[in-house]
Amino acid sequence: MNVKELARTCGFSAAAGNASLQRPVTSVYCCDLLSFAMGRAPEDSAWITVMGNINSVAVASLADVACIVLSDGVQPDEAMLTKAQQQDIAVLLSDRPAFETGLAIHEAIRA
Amino acid sequence: MTLNFVVPGDDFTRAGEASGAVKQKMKQLGFPSDVIRKVSIALYEGEINMVIHAGGGQVDVEISQDAIDLVLTDHGPGIADIEQAMQDGFSTAPDHVRDLGFGAGMGLPNMKKYSDEFHLESEVGVGTTVRMRIYNH
Repeated sequence: MNVKELARTCGFSAAAGNASLQRPVTSVYCCDLLSFAMGRAPEDSAWITVMGNINSVAVASLADVACIVLSDGVQPDEAMLTKAQQQDIAVLLSDRPAFETGLAIHEAIRA
Repeated sequence: MTLNFVVPGDDFTRAGEASGAVKQKMKQLGFPSDVIRKVSIALYEGEINMVIHAGGGQVDVEISQDAIDLVLTDHGPGIADIEQAMQDGFSTAPDHVRDLGFGAGMGLPNMKKYSDEFHLESEVGVGTTVRMRIYNH
């Protein structure tokens, strides 16, 4: 399943991403502490966080995750969106809390 | 191959430029992804540290087939107690940095964890130099 299909299946909207929307998603990871996430988020994972700022884009790029999913209705700030577009990091938005967001992704990629 | 970067102080929007560029270059050169990841994380933590604590600094990277050497130099306040600074969870980062998802006291420990050789020299009032080597296995 790719990022775009994941967004459609789970009802997330895409706030950023071009070619990255075609990237495969193979797992899901959840953490808001950036120093933790950058070392532990698996490659090609959907990374769930409430950190809607520019540093999340840098961490997503370094960890090579498939996409960032902002949970709990968090909106990305302008700097994050600009950076995400520049670096083509897909950013999805979920209204649901982190656990429910992660569960939905888990079920979608296992289906 | 040598790469040099200036890390501007207090500018989170530009932290990650050095690690991003080094990552890109290493990808082009065909390094294994786990080696790239170690270098990227160690360097990004260093960049963030220089932005938060030192008013910026200088990053010098030497890429060879066998190893990647990272030298991070700043002229910030220096570290009074290096042993304490190296402890997991110890941080002097201000609240606004914590609100951004940093300041958990993992920067230096992560740099040590993801590098194969790690040396830190610091003098209060003069600055800090971190040297890291990551081997290409």
